[in-house]
Amino acid sequence: MSQIETFYEVMRRQGITRRSFLKYCSLTAAALGLGPTFAPKIANAMETKERTPVIWLHGLECTCCSESFIRSAHPLVKDVVLSMISLDYDDTLMASAGHQAEALLEETIQKYKGKYILAVEGNPPLNEDGMFCIIGGKPFLDQLKHAAKDAAAVIAWGSCASWGCVQAARPNPTQAVPIHKVITDKPIIKVPGCPPIAEVMTGVITYMLTFGRVPELDRQGRPKMFYSQRIHDKCYRRPHFDAGQFVEEWDDEGARKGYCLYKVGCKGPTTYNACSTVRWNEGTSFPIQAGHGCIGCSEDGFWDKGSFYDRLTDIHQFGIEQNADEIGTAVAGGVGAAIAAHAAVSAIKRAQHKGDQDS
Amino acid sequence: MRSTVEDNEVGITQGTPETAPIIRQQTAVYVYEAPLRLWHWVTVFSIITLCVTGYFIGSPLPTMPGEASDNFVMGYIRFAHFSAGYIVAVAFIGRIYWAFVGNSHARELFLPPMWKATFWREAFHEVRWYLFLEKIPKKYIGHNPLGQLAMFFFFVLGISFMIVTGFALYGEGLGQGSWADQLFGWVIPAMGQSQDVHTWHHLGMWYLITFVMIHVYVAIREDIMSRQSLISTMIGGWRMFKDDKPD
Repeated sequence: MSQIETFYEVMRRQGITRRSFLKYCSLTAAALGLGPTFAPKIANAMETKERTPVIWLHGLECTCCSESFIRSAHPLVKDVVLSMISLDYDDTLMASAGHQAEALLEETIQKYKGKYILAVEGNPPLNEDGMFCIIGGKPFLDQLKHAAKDAAAVIAWGSCASWGCVQAARPNPTQAVPIHKVITDKPIIKVPGCPPIAEVMTGVITYMLTFGRVPELDRQGRPKMFYSQRIHDKCYRRPHFDAGQFVEEWDDEGARKGYCLYKVGCKGPTTYNACSTVRWNEGTSFPIQAGHGCIGCSEDGFWDKGSFYDRLTDIHQFGIEQNADEIGTAVAGGVGAAIAAHAAVSAIKRAQHKGDQDS
Repeated sequence: MRSTVEDNEVGITQGTPETAPIIRQQTAVYVYEAPLRLWHWVTVFSIITLCVTGYFIGSPLPTMPGEASDNFVMGYIRFAHFSAGYIVAVAFIGRIYWAFVGNSHARELFLPPMWKATFWREAFHEVRWYLFLEKIPKKYIGHNPLGQLAMFFFFVLGISFMIVTGFALYGEGLGQGSWADQLFGWVIPAMGQSQDVHTWHHLGMWYLITFVMIHVYVAIREDIMSRQSLISTMIGGWRMFKDDKPD
């Protein structure tokens, strides 16, 4: 791999003739409303612009992000991996292994300093100097820091890299942390979800290649185009929520009629993701459509927010394990009892005082 | 008993005229001005609405029969909650404004003089009064120090917390870039995630309910047992004193 392929070279390799390529360039110019003089300019750009090199690292994770990614339909993941990006290192998907693979990683970092995109799936554990995740004989923590140093931008795939996910759930023995705790000097695009939706993953990559910049992010670093609304905001069962029609328990009449799953713990109202619009597996379905509430997998610390089937989170402080309403009822009840007792004593004292005055 | 004289200092002759001390005798003082009283009762009814609707947003009523298009129960409940939330917030802003332009009693809520030793001494006296260790309570024109502390920590901080978390959650529905999101959206990542803000907002409701219980009880009890009027003062604005003895 002496020179990275340009878009043109990839297209030629895939059997597209030069004539078709030039036609494509003029059609693109026309479609963009540009004059005929722009066709050669586009052709020139396609012939000279290198595909973006991507390094894809795997830390503590379950590979569900990769599994999701390879099922992308729009665009097809084949087009992303083979035509759009140059996926130079991904120990799960690449052909080479062992020393050869590690050498490729080093080569890519050296060759494209400051140009490559670093995609991280999973996260680093910090405990015991990172010994809980070893890649190629070294802690993943070191590999991550090393690869991040010269990256142009970093993509955090999935809830592991974005928030910590299951390995960072209480009590987190390995001290797994989201990557933004380790990489502090680079723009990080968080694409949370367990896993993220395939089309969201390829969509983020396509955006970065097409426009050559990081997509617009929200306060927490998630691309606004996919994470600016809650599942609840675009849920097709929302009319049942507004009407006050709920699944009261599993397999009841409401469940059969497809009512809102709010009362059986759906986390749709607190979860930012594109499931209710983009859906899964080529737009076939998503959890709520399948009759189960959202578990909020793209939210920070969702494993520690109590049962998937409760609306309110249990609070685990000072040895209590109740939700806010249970605590509130207990406190209000206690205060009520105290008030009643105090009122009774007050009345007795007042009666005594009156007696004192009378005598 | 009722007098329109605001601050009536009368020398009462006790014993011989030359040793007569000047004792402040106040029978009725205008304490709570009309906007402040209006704010109090608007807030009362809004908080009742907010607690009831808020509870039913968290734990909705049983499922409605019929088509979804025939019902809008959650929609109406949420509408009432959001409207009452707006009213409480606007009224609270008005109340802060009134602290600047109103009389000195309008400022008591926001600035308990916690830097003064006498404040703590008198607050301690009030604690003893509530523990039945003092036989005779002190007279106060405005809030007593303990009441002032409770008002500040329970009510001012409590309602501020509820307004901030409430509008942060409201901003989620309005959408990113909305005024509520711009002003209060930072609260959500600061507390973890939306679910955590919901939990805190629930706890805040119980905090305010606890405050209301204590507040109503103490107001009724003091109205009966203390030396000044309480409940009628928040309706008419005048503080009446039951005796002419010194403070």
